[in-house]
Amino acid sequence: MLDARDRQLLEQIQTGLPVCPRPYAEIGTTLAMPEAEVLERLTQLKQQGLIKRMGVIVKHHQLGYRANAMIVWNVPDNLVKQLGRQLSQFAFVTLCYQRPRQAEWPYNLFCMIHGKDRETVLKQLEQLNANCDLVGLEHNILFSRRCFKQRGAVYQPTNTTSLTHG
Amino acid sequence: MDDIDRHIINTLQAGFPVCDAPYQQVAMQLGLTEQALIERLQTLLNNGTLTRFGPLYHAELMGGALTLAAVKTPLDRLAEVTEIINAFPEVAHNYARNHALNMWFVIATETPEEISRTLTAIEQQTGLTVVNMPKINEYFVGLKLEA
Repeated sequence: MLDARDRQLLEQIQTGLPVCPRPYAEIGTTLAMPEAEVLERLTQLKQQGLIKRMGVIVKHHQLGYRANAMIVWNVPDNLVKQLGRQLSQFAFVTLCYQRPRQAEWPYNLFCMIHGKDRETVLKQLEQLNANCDLVGLEHNILFSRRCFKQRGAVYQPTNTTSLTHG
Repeated sequence: MDDIDRHIINTLQAGFPVCDAPYQQVAMQLGLTEQALIERLQTLLNNGTLTRFGPLYHAELMGGALTLAAVKTPLDRLAEVTEIINAFPEVAHNYARNHALNMWFVIATETPEEISRTLTAIEQQTGLTVVNMPKINEYFVGLKLEA
């Protein structure tokens, strides 16, 4: 499990990695931790899955991705896992979850497509329906109309943890 | 943003190495010098094309909790309800969507117990029923957008 040094490290890098030739050495200097220990701990945190990945987080609007669609299907319970895995193989599917059905909300399989425009997203949806044998299943497509709030990921060991789309 | 920038973004969305000279390693892969990569990345961060360059944490493994929730907001209360919901620090994202359930938001908290507390508080303050849709299974984690 996480020890105090791991927590310090996670807190230190949460806002971003230094952009310089020896970023992990620089983090180590701040924390009075040798570079080798920083590398070792980060490698382990990645292996344990606490760090899903390192990399860039883009602003989808800036890259021209203006059509953000949540697509939902009502699929038989025994097929959810198989279909979820199939859908997530498509490069344009950015997130894919099983969620509980609700009163007046019969859908149990959710995926997100971030597309450049609605027409493209609708074509991609057709592709999913055809390739994954989803034609005829009850579904719905919810485009985002406005973004009311979008804050970055925050991790404060003593306070709150937040990320991605739940 | 030119093709080299796009190439950098696409490569770095897939991951970033944990080793002593990671930029050098990525630069080699991209056919750039380490200095050119560092300069371009810094520019993309400074001009807001990239929000962040760093780790993506697994909230639940960190002890935190997340859920997706939605409300049916009467159209004449949209502004008021948006303001109430966005005021919660636990609300990470909030989007209007084209459905009777017209407001969809993600709640992220330090502990699972705080999720239900937050949902109840939102119901009390808005007078609306919050539909809670926590994930049962996740099939994909890598949010990748081709630049």
